[in-house]
Amino acid sequence: MLALFYIFIAVAIGVSFWQITRILNLRSVIATDDDNNTQGKLFLVFIAVFYALMIYCLIALNVVLLPESASIEGEHEDTLFDITYWIIGVVQFVMQFFIFYFPYKYRGKKENKALFYADSHKLEMIWTITPAAVLVVLISYGLWQWNNVMDLSDAEDPLIIEVYGKQFSWDVRYAGEDNALGRGNVNFIKGINTMGVDMTDLSAADDKQVTEIHLPKGRKVIFKFRSQDVLHSAYMPHFRAQMNCVPGMVTQFGFTPKFTTEEMRQNEEVIAKNLVINKIRKEKGEDPYEFDFLLLCNKICGASHYNMQMKIIVEEEETFNEWLAEQPTLAEVIK
Amino acid sequence: MSEHHHKETFVTKYIFSQDHKMISKQFLITGIFMGIIGVFMSMLFRMQIAWPEKSFTIIEAFLGPHQTDGVMSPDMYLALVTIHGTIMVFFVLTAGLSGTFSNLLIPLQIGARDMASGFLNMISYWLFFISSILMVVSLFVEAGPASAGWTIYPPLSALPQAMSGSGLGMTLWLVSMAIFIASSLIGSLNYIVTIINLRTKGMKMTRMPLTMWAFFITAIIGVVSFPVLLSAALLLIFDRSFGTSFFLSDIFISGEVLHYQGGSPVLFEHLFWFLGHPEVYIVLLPALGITSEIIATNSRKPIFGYRAMIGSIIAIAFLSTIVWGHHMFISGMNPFLGSVFTFTTLLIAIPSAVKAFNYITTLWKGNLQLNPAMLFSIGLVSTFVTGGLTGLVLGDSALDINVHDTYFVVAHFHLVMGVSAIFGMFAGVYHWFPKMYGRMMNKTLGYWHFWITITAAYGVFFPMHFIGLAGLPRRYYTNTNFPLFDDLSDINVVITMFALLGGLAQLIFLANFFISIYRGQKAAQNPWRSNTLKWTTPVEHIHGNWPGKIPEVHRWAYDYSRVDEKGEYIHGEDFVLQTTPLKDGEEPT
Repeated sequence: MLALFYIFIAVAIGVSFWQITRILNLRSVIATDDDNNTQGKLFLVFIAVFYALMIYCLIALNVVLLPESASIEGEHEDTLFDITYWIIGVVQFVMQFFIFYFPYKYRGKKENKALFYADSHKLEMIWTITPAAVLVVLISYGLWQWNNVMDLSDAEDPLIIEVYGKQFSWDVRYAGEDNALGRGNVNFIKGINTMGVDMTDLSAADDKQVTEIHLPKGRKVIFKFRSQDVLHSAYMPHFRAQMNCVPGMVTQFGFTPKFTTEEMRQNEEVIAKNLVINKIRKEKGEDPYEFDFLLLCNKICGASHYNMQMKIIVEEEETFNEWLAEQPTLAEVIK
Repeated sequence: MSEHHHKETFVTKYIFSQDHKMISKQFLITGIFMGIIGVFMSMLFRMQIAWPEKSFTIIEAFLGPHQTDGVMSPDMYLALVTIHGTIMVFFVLTAGLSGTFSNLLIPLQIGARDMASGFLNMISYWLFFISSILMVVSLFVEAGPASAGWTIYPPLSALPQAMSGSGLGMTLWLVSMAIFIASSLIGSLNYIVTIINLRTKGMKMTRMPLTMWAFFITAIIGVVSFPVLLSAALLLIFDRSFGTSFFLSDIFISGEVLHYQGGSPVLFEHLFWFLGHPEVYIVLLPALGITSEIIATNSRKPIFGYRAMIGSIIAIAFLSTIVWGHHMFISGMNPFLGSVFTFTTLLIAIPSAVKAFNYITTLWKGNLQLNPAMLFSIGLVSTFVTGGLTGLVLGDSALDINVHDTYFVVAHFHLVMGVSAIFGMFAGVYHWFPKMYGRMMNKTLGYWHFWITITAAYGVFFPMHFIGLAGLPRRYYTNTNFPLFDDLSDINVVITMFALLGGLAQLIFLANFFISIYRGQKAAQNPWRSNTLKWTTPVEHIHGNWPGKIPEVHRWAYDYSRVDEKGEYIHGEDFVLQTTPLKDGEEPT
């Protein structure tokens, strides 16, 4: 079978080589009116194919996109994205039409004359001012939203969580009763103190290191990110959240979970996406997949970068508080 | 001009040549060679993405110790991605594109006998050659070549403990790039000096073809930004080899705390992107300059809005040096900086839109000669628009948060600077091949090459936007560990098919190129009936370009299809060479 395949390839290469030499012997080098005609029509064909591809992608691939934002702050991001998406969609469809239609419409003929048209102040003004006006809207909304997401100074009673990236896993620590994290530094890493917490710091004793991220629905969460070795990026796509973890500094990001994991599983978009996923998994004979929020590493960090993940569970605040109360404090674990 | 006909030996003519035309060919051939490596690598890693557990003989044959039973190792996957990026961005689209066409066209289009310094020009090529050799050599290092991504962010790139590619492979990468930057700087300075000083009589700055403006401005941003990357590379070499802590701090790796204190990886990101972003325009502007010329010539029309085009080139160049932070919105830098960079970044959309609209208006009511070069130029406008538009998403810090480092970014920059720039390069090769080799390339193969390539390009990169919007991070060896992404695997297979098709289609170009050098039809002096000065030079190359005096220039480069009141061409043809004097009563444009 494989031999046949190779023979086929050899024949294909032979034929193309023969064709190429044949074409080269034609010695045709400059487009004639016939060529202009053929190529112009091909542009028309191409635009049909291209539009079909774009429309197919826009409709058929809609199902694979991320579901609606699972954080309150991300709602505006979705709106801003939709606005931008529509603008670029319309501009794309209109401009591509002209780019490919004009070569057909004005394909060269011997008897035709081109129009000498070198400048138009009015047109130039139109297409300088129109994009500028559109940009004013996008920039204003974008900057407002950026501020909205990044400014964590006015958060009321936020839950503080530290996420610590390392090759190739995540460690997570909750701030405990006092809601303040004990100081951390690589010099304190020893044995089970994998996050390098300074146990002489008074706020460290009640901190809780866990193996799974639980978040309460409806309460603002502020993540503090550190890294142990190289750059990582904590990416939580469903919450529209991402921030790099940088060795030597603490970075932060915050959001308020809007749906619990259970609620998200009932979300229409999630159900539709999971149907597709589980159909494929069934064909491959794999277990069905159930939706979960995820934390992924999204900054190249070494060989196993592709498998650096952690599950995130969002639950009602009561359930969350019960779960957190069960976790041992650092003082209990590290003697 | 007999003094320009020195006795030339084989070595001075073909190897250590100081003639800009020969040097441009050297750049092109080296660029094509590197391009073959870069594209081949992308085909290999696309196979891994589409069929993660499949065994391939071709992978077994080429990756030697870095594969087991025909499946590449994760380290090698990252290495391929890294070297593909490095080679395509720097070696093909910077040196291969700018080096080839700046060298070929600057003296010919402004009316100079050669570059301001032929010797420095030769040095520039040979430094590029050495750096190419070093980059290729690094592929054969036992632990593998550099694999920290083409952006080589420390600490990953600084610590051999962090990944196997950060040992000798990374050292070679840095040395190769340092030499490359020296080559690029010497070349750029030469271009700037030549354009400022060696224009022939009558060739005012405002009469230059847009190609010259594009190369001129490109050289300036190269000179401004490349030294910063050189400094970043040197500091990284210090951190790696001499124990300094410019970019490193508080690191615990392989069971021990390292001594580095007080450095910051974010500093490296700033230095890197201070070049890295202008680099996009160093790659793109020459391509846009080339197409401006080709679209005008083949539309038989002046380029629409010549002054606006110059203005937008300058605006893009200026803005490009103050937007680097949009690569770092979520790097941990102060969010206020993010706001500033969002503002400056989105402003670039304005001059870019002006350029795109002007191209379309140039096509309008033209008499379009659809030569292969013209097809690639039209293709460039298309991919430039498609890729540019998604910049509105990525440049907006609020939206960037969620698409940063996903395949959405990969689709965006491949279309807007990868495919566009390579289309510009192809267009340039098809168009100026007669000026390089005195022969013509075959058009039928050119047509095949174009249609397959653009179909493959859109087949690869259009669907890729959507897997990015699905949240799929780039640079993942395999996605099989995430059931979440299972529904993307079929799309990835389709993308890979198109990638393989697109890669193989380049064989058509290579065959056409190399066979035409020897067997192509002999070129006429001005095959495309173009206005610019270079088509007044004889077909056979001579050192010094023009026999006798350098012609004087009397008009701009875009007097195509000018008619008088009766509708007759003023000079009898639909083109007028720049050297043609004005007729009585003819208004200069």
